[in-house]
Amino acid sequence: MGKTLFEKIWDKHVVKQIEDGPSVVYIDKHFIHEVTSPQAFSGIEKRGAQLFRPKQIVATADHNVPTMHQELPIKDALSKFQVDTLIDNCKKHGVELYGLGHKYQGIVHVIGPELGITQPGMTIVCGDSHTSTHGAFGSIAFGIGTSEVEMVFASQCIMQTKPKVMRINIDGALKNGVVSKDIILYIIAQISASGATGYFVEYAGSAIRALSMEARMTICNMSIEMGARGGMIAPDQTTFDYMKGRLFAPQGTDWDKKVAAWSQLYTDADAKFDVEINIKAEDIDPMITYGTNPGMGLSVRGILPTIESFNDATEKQNYEKALKYMGLTAGQSLLGMPVQNVFIGSCTNSRIEDFRLVASIIKGKQKDPNIKTLIVPGSQEVAKQIKAEGLDKIFADAGVEIRQAGCSACLGMNEDKIPAGEYCISTSNRNFEGRQGAGARTLLASPLTAAAALLTGKITDIRDIL
Amino acid sequence: MQSLQKITSKFIPLRIENVDTDQIIPARFLKATTKDGFGKNLFRDWRYENDDETKPKADFVLNQKQYNGEILVAAKNFGCGSSREHAAWSIQDYGFKVVVSSFFADIFKNNALNNGVLPVTVSDAFLQQIFAQGADDTLSVDLAAQTITIDATGAQEKFEINSYKKTCMLNGYDDIDYLLNMKPEIEAYEKANQ
Repeated sequence: MGKTLFEKIWDKHVVKQIEDGPSVVYIDKHFIHEVTSPQAFSGIEKRGAQLFRPKQIVATADHNVPTMHQELPIKDALSKFQVDTLIDNCKKHGVELYGLGHKYQGIVHVIGPELGITQPGMTIVCGDSHTSTHGAFGSIAFGIGTSEVEMVFASQCIMQTKPKVMRINIDGALKNGVVSKDIILYIIAQISASGATGYFVEYAGSAIRALSMEARMTICNMSIEMGARGGMIAPDQTTFDYMKGRLFAPQGTDWDKKVAAWSQLYTDADAKFDVEINIKAEDIDPMITYGTNPGMGLSVRGILPTIESFNDATEKQNYEKALKYMGLTAGQSLLGMPVQNVFIGSCTNSRIEDFRLVASIIKGKQKDPNIKTLIVPGSQEVAKQIKAEGLDKIFADAGVEIRQAGCSACLGMNEDKIPAGEYCISTSNRNFEGRQGAGARTLLASPLTAAAALLTGKITDIRDIL
Repeated sequence: MQSLQKITSKFIPLRIENVDTDQIIPARFLKATTKDGFGKNLFRDWRYENDDETKPKADFVLNQKQYNGEILVAAKNFGCGSSREHAAWSIQDYGFKVVVSSFFADIFKNNALNNGVLPVTVSDAFLQQIFAQGADDTLSVDLAAQTITIDATGAQEKFEINSYKKTCMLNGYDDIDYLLNMKPEIEAYEKANQ
């Protein structure tokens, strides 16, 4: 029997299978950031051990960094200490750091691909659940805890139970105004926030093949939001075209050899998945979430479920809790509802194509006067590209300021937060209670839907603007 | 790592589904560089009004005096979302040794196991039976036998754990010691796959 893409890469990286236990899996590339690494560094030091393969680690500072005046010292003392600790640790242990002020600094899941560090066939981990982003290149990439970061520091290996495999096929053509963020929000709404727990997901089908690399990254990024261990897409010409010439991508004859090897990374025709799901691209509308987990999403033209539609008492109670937090009513429509904030950024949607999409909508128009914005490129490189293409002028003319690279308002850890009780249309990945700041009400959507709200001040169907 | 064999304790019932790690420990508390002291901020925004420790929310179960113990029982999909191990550290630091649910998110489950907190997965029906018990009733968890028992009724269920992890938990071993001893095999793997 043939193998799935996942199995081909996994099998090649198993150093040892422990009897009735996990596999010891070799890790090719380890990304770290300031939040989930300090206890792993101190753990290694306490054991008197060394980092086993420091050259296979790349570090950046992203979660804590301010997105204005990055040339000044970080104001928050604890944030500053955490970022300084990363600098010290990287220096002491010989780890490459693209820290604050470095031209390659940015969100870890943006810089890995853009620098060509992320490559097909690799195993990649990071103490961050959105590591699944890198799976867009046909790699096995997943988020880990800090004890596991320490494991990889110590041995370049990790203990993992082999997950089951799921394939989600999306075939057909997307409707006008529908982009990759809508695809993944639609999938999660269909199968729920726990629908893929225990599985590694491969996304396939003609609609996926037609997507750019950046659009594929958006999809793989949110795999964790349905509980998946990770998500991946088989590499193809789109992948190779994106990678060619990037800083750390193979060069010359090595490139040709690598492309030949990467071209073998696909699921065999007779391979078996534990679960297979088929979705028609034309069924997907622009999506928006209404609740407090990413599975609570619907078409921007949809109606919130009624209370009566829930049979289970706990589910009913949870739905009511979410509605109360969000200030919404069962059975209502979201269309036309005023919002106060728009956040465009995060490891889900902060790449150059996202900014091009938004710019195409707001060009020559003015933002709604009541809307507050946080528009945040994912990396210094993206910020540079925005300027090179003149997109910064389009934003400025619309009355919108572009900030500096970082995780920003995705997670309420740095200065960028959404005030309690206010709504935010957000291109990020999580709408959990308090995620964007205590009491903040997050509505997840695509960059297009966010751009529409930027102009109208309301939840808007982008197709009414296009 | 702390070892764990058997435990009999009252439990705290958290009848909420999809408890994400942002609720277990909000991001603003992730700025620490040690593993200590997270327990006081466990479920911080569900526990206190306006982040004020003098204003506990009466309707939240951790603030209800009749409920206490070393076992946390939660509805399905516990620990979803962010990979932050700080969630496991806060649960452990608060004093929990076991978390029971009908369904755990993968990363949380690993993080808990790596910190000596045992995640026990039970059936939906058994979870409902636990939730139906009173505040003074106890649960017994026996890791060696892989059983969880509602002591008042004698109802019992077996739970799954692979024998490697079970041995680690019973003895307080951690994975890193195991991996450090595997260095020659790892180096041989690297050589073969260059």
